[in-house]
Amino acid sequence: MIIEYFENIVKIMSEYWYTFLVAGVGKTLLLTAITVSCGAVLGVIICLGRMSRVRAFNALALGFGELIRGTPMLLQLYIAYFFLPKLLPFNISEFARIAMAYIVNSACYVSEVFRSGIQAVDAGQSEAARSLGLTSWQTFMHVVLPQAIKNILPALGNEFVTITKDTSLASTFFIGEVMTSCLIVRGKTYLTMESLIIVAIIYFCLTWVMNRFVGKMERRLQTGD
Amino acid sequence: MIRTENLHKSFLVEGASEPLHVLRGVSESIEKGEVVSVIGPSGSGKSTFLRCLNLLEIPEEGRIWFKGTDITAPDVDINLHRQKMGMVFQHFNVFPHLSVAENITLAPMLAKKKSKKEAEDVAKELLSRVGLLDKWSEHPARLSGGQKQRLAIVRALAMEPEVMLFDEPTSALDPEMVGEVLEVIRELVRSGMTSVIVTHEMGFAKEVSDRVLFMDEGIIAEEGKPSEVFGSPRNPRTVEFLSKVLY
Repeated sequence: MIIEYFENIVKIMSEYWYTFLVAGVGKTLLLTAITVSCGAVLGVIICLGRMSRVRAFNALALGFGELIRGTPMLLQLYIAYFFLPKLLPFNISEFARIAMAYIVNSACYVSEVFRSGIQAVDAGQSEAARSLGLTSWQTFMHVVLPQAIKNILPALGNEFVTITKDTSLASTFFIGEVMTSCLIVRGKTYLTMESLIIVAIIYFCLTWVMNRFVGKMERRLQTGD
Repeated sequence: MIRTENLHKSFLVEGASEPLHVLRGVSESIEKGEVVSVIGPSGSGKSTFLRCLNLLEIPEEGRIWFKGTDITAPDVDINLHRQKMGMVFQHFNVFPHLSVAENITLAPMLAKKKSKKEAEDVAKELLSRVGLLDKWSEHPARLSGGQKQRLAIVRALAMEPEVMLFDEPTSALDPEMVGEVLEVIRELVRSGMTSVIVTHEMGFAKEVSDRVLFMDEGIIAEEGKPSEVFGSPRNPRTVEFLSKVLY
């Protein structure tokens, strides 16, 4: 049976390699890259809101973050998919709708990563900087942030890995990432198990490479101390 | 140089129903060139008093004048005043992401807009004075506790302060490193630097101070020349405290 699976997998790959490796992996990586980069920017904004002394910003950022983190990703994808076209005055592609849901979701998680990374910097550091006469902005930029980045970057790397795996949910809407490729190939070949095994290997290879990068980055940051 | 009037400060303590009233009306005056040590049991408010002087803690009540300016007034640029008050912390608080040299030059370059060369010249001179010039490009992680604290003192001095505030500068040090840090402070004090030193080193307080303040339960319970406070304390609480500490 195993030999049969293996033969089928080789056969599928020789026929559908483009669907899986180029179209699928390409879309997965594109969606991940857009999510992490835009999510980081939006995450900074939410984090600023969370740390703001203005009560309204604080409550808004907190409430929004809890709402997003307290509901399932798949549900958010559905809402974005069906309601964004009605909410927005212009046409928006399916891919963009899904990407926006991912960006908002990821931003809420990384804003917490930023916040805890900043708050993990010893309070004595800002006190020392302020006692020297630096402004609160100079203190943040030159003393707190450089130390916070050491806490934040590895966690942001892990977010990359998580998003990569979570993009598989987008196959619900046939967005075209790797999991969608699997659905397409399964429909054409009726070889369900083989298609799933291929996708499993692809995801594992992607995250394995990413995890090596994250590990390398962590070690680099530690030696920089 | 620094004058305080009726300082009050409370902290909210987790689990406690009432805020902790740490300072209960401290009025004190520190003259130019004077060396004042603050002693007293833990929790007596010594550190809080010191941290109020440069507004790291904001007192709820009372006022603080630095060189005639009321720095508790709302329109005061506290950063300008802090530049003239150096502070040394119990846990050093050197910047771990910067080299020894950058630790010292950061504030002069940012706050005083000094050129890199100017700031580095000052840093070199100060570092050689405390015997750390060979650590110029090291990171603080490679320094011992005593070296870190000497670096912290130099970092404060690079701003050319008019007064130095020491918050238990030797309390976090291994015993064998206390001496080297006290030596640096001793030299600084002898050069005429106005200093306020919160310390548990009674022998040192006795030796270098012009005046000693004994704090207990948020007030200055006794003050006077070291010979008076250590030699013939009048307040029973001072007597009790001094009988408990070895020096």
